[in-house]
Amino acid sequence: MKAAILIQRWYRRYIARLEMRRRYTWNIFQSIEYAGEQEQLQLSSFFSFMLDNFTQLNGSSPCDPMTEEGGVARYELIDVEDSYCGPHLSFPLNVNHTNALLSTYKEQKTLHARYVLQLLHETKKFLEQIPNIIHLSTSYYKEITICGDLHGSLDDLLLIFYKNGLPSANNPYVFNGDFVDRGKKSVEIIIILFAFMLLYPDHMHLNRGNHEDHIMNLRYGFTKEVMQKYKTHGRDILQLLQDVFSLLPVAMVIDSKVLIVHGGISDMTDLNFLESIERHKVKSALRLPRRTMDSVMATRCGSQVKGDLRRRRRGSAQRRNQRKKGSSGSSSSSSSSSSSSSSSSLCSPRISSRNQPRPRLSSSVLSPTLTSYVPCMDSMVSIETQPREEEEWKQVVDLLWSDPKIQDGCTPNTFRGGGCYFGPDVTRTLLERHGLSLLIRSHQCKQEGYELCHNGQVITIFSASNYYEVGSNRGAYVKLGRTSSLDSSSTKVSAAEDSALKALQEKLFAHRTELMTTFQQYDKNNTGAISLSDWAQAVESVLRLDLPWRTLRPRLARLSQDGNVEYLSCFENICPNQPPPLVTPNLAETLYRYRTDLEIIFNIIDKDHSGLISIEEFRHTWKLFSSHLRVAVEDSVIDDLARSIDFNKDGNIDFNEFLEAFRVVHRLDTKDQHQD
Amino acid sequence: MAEDKDFAEAAVSEVHKKISDAFNLFDDESNKTVDVREIGTIIRSLGCFPTEAELHEIITEIEEEELTGFIRFEKFLPVMTKVLMERKFRPIPEELLLQAFEVLDQEKKGYLEPEELKKFMTQEGEPFSHDEMEEMLSAAVDPDKNVVFYKDFVAMMTVRDQ
Repeated sequence: MKAAILIQRWYRRYIARLEMRRRYTWNIFQSIEYAGEQEQLQLSSFFSFMLDNFTQLNGSSPCDPMTEEGGVARYELIDVEDSYCGPHLSFPLNVNHTNALLSTYKEQKTLHARYVLQLLHETKKFLEQIPNIIHLSTSYYKEITICGDLHGSLDDLLLIFYKNGLPSANNPYVFNGDFVDRGKKSVEIIIILFAFMLLYPDHMHLNRGNHEDHIMNLRYGFTKEVMQKYKTHGRDILQLLQDVFSLLPVAMVIDSKVLIVHGGISDMTDLNFLESIERHKVKSALRLPRRTMDSVMATRCGSQVKGDLRRRRRGSAQRRNQRKKGSSGSSSSSSSSSSSSSSSSLCSPRISSRNQPRPRLSSSVLSPTLTSYVPCMDSMVSIETQPREEEEWKQVVDLLWSDPKIQDGCTPNTFRGGGCYFGPDVTRTLLERHGLSLLIRSHQCKQEGYELCHNGQVITIFSASNYYEVGSNRGAYVKLGRTSSLDSSSTKVSAAEDSALKALQEKLFAHRTELMTTFQQYDKNNTGAISLSDWAQAVESVLRLDLPWRTLRPRLARLSQDGNVEYLSCFENICPNQPPPLVTPNLAETLYRYRTDLEIIFNIIDKDHSGLISIEEFRHTWKLFSSHLRVAVEDSVIDDLARSIDFNKDGNIDFNEFLEAFRVVHRLDTKDQHQD
Repeated sequence: MAEDKDFAEAAVSEVHKKISDAFNLFDDESNKTVDVREIGTIIRSLGCFPTEAELHEIITEIEEEELTGFIRFEKFLPVMTKVLMERKFRPIPEELLLQAFEVLDQEKKGYLEPEELKKFMTQEGEPFSHDEMEEMLSAAVDPDKNVVFYKDFVAMMTVRDQ
């Protein structure tokens, strides 16, 4: 009896420890993930600048104007080799085609680029006809299934189809955005989803997510995936996808009761206004809409003029109201926070006020002959449409990026850097105003795959299982009326934990200089050790991840004999593999910290996505980048670095290898090479 | 003397932070409350080995008069600080744990049949729930021999728990 109690006590404590570790692992992943998104958004003005510069430098890309001109679609010019053994598509699609696609992908085969382009082309044509907000009715069906983020996880999509049945007239689906990025099978997922949408246009519905955004794709892997899978036609595919993504509807309403959006809402969200916007102009949340030729076309085109003016007037009236509210100030706290929340929709003032962007030639909707109209339309268009477009853009960004919060009110989403946090009152008000009863959204990974909040008025649904790491979370889908979660293997804490800690150690390393400065401030006597609470405070003040540092300490840093933290030890488990010679520690650290951003920039410069750029371009990028970040790096250091990276001395740098050189490895792996 | 006092204060504030970190991990609503069912996990995750009975005592002490199902941080903090400062519910040393398993292994085989272990754990002491039992067995049973080599099991769990 005593023995039994002892074992039970011990085992229960073990399980409790495990649960705690699971929770902080979760916190680490989430903090780091959101911090990454935030950086991305903070750099958005820089990316816009880069895109403008480099698209100008490189001129129009050769493929675009031809895409739809003269009735000859480019994909028809692509030959399908006899050796190709995948499925052949013909339009309109039938069930045999979707079945063939599914089995092709189950066998790890690919669809020919010709058919990919044709499918995207058909998808674009289809999406152009559908409204911004789709109204569905379930009266014809018993149930409708709603799935959340998939993020390139084909297994989860196939699992959903397996458990819940393929989409069909009797089995309708809504996929709520974030199909791509992060996972390795984003291409497969969008092909399958688009094919089913074309096959069952009334029963398969896709919402846009914040990752259906070509600038996000540069960072989170989809661009790379497309280029790897389609070496010759990858660019054309990406180009077409930019349009397809921006044409995806932004919201669904089921039975006039349930609103489905990817992220959430803000206190400025106006569904009636959203019904009327030109959604395809919002190409990216990281980039304010530019006055594309579309708007010029719209104002010239008779039938659209009226509608456009009417909307514009409404738009400006609305803005006047906002301003009034804002200026009266004291009217109510929620209104003042609202104006900040909508302006929180990222960096708008900075970009819009500065250098009026020129229409981009590479934008595939343009036809080159119209370019000459731009200058004369300029003055008129810029006064009239700019604010309207900004408002449209903000409204869309709020739908795609926002997260719910527990407290009332609406505040800027500082964690992600875009959209807002909306409280239960914001949900209640919007639902009441439109006679709705429920908001279904995705956008956040939940351990069980779903979560209820705001007194049950908001459901979060996330369908990619094991999102952060094997065992980190379940995937789920909602069948309207009841919630069911998918099976997934039982949680394997330690695997997920290791990878979370590794990510955290990378963070520590990337901020080494700042951390050291802070540590040394506490370490007055230069002993190399500081108290646990000083250490925790120092780390938090630099990284700002809001993590339980005391609990994590044993996994990050050693204690000295007198119980203080030997702060140098938190950089020990990590060191750059084969640091290129002549690189100062400082530069290695800077490179390390910004490597994702660097990669995006390289991808922008490296127009053909060959993975090679010239030394000259490398230098140029670094200069732009360091001036933007105000990181001073001497030219000679960059030159040395460039030379040392160019291992085969052919004057080109392979960026993948370059990044590999800085990959973080555990110390054990590098012991041999690294004894200094 | 003053230094001693400072030292004591620093120690208390360190303990407070530790408790608050652990509490916050379970405070899903960020409103300084946790589900009462998580209290045991929090206390144990802070390195304590209470029995279920001792745990129940603590909960009774910190529960609201009107049972809400939630525990407030203000109530939890002083009680937990006391527990940690007085070093109650100390860890069970590995040797003692092994002895406990040996007591159950009456024939001194060096292992337990899954059914044996299950009988002890679900019928004696403070019985395991079905879920707890299944979880323990899934980790404890050697997949080849289908028995519990408790010595290995204890060693494995102690290492992983470090």
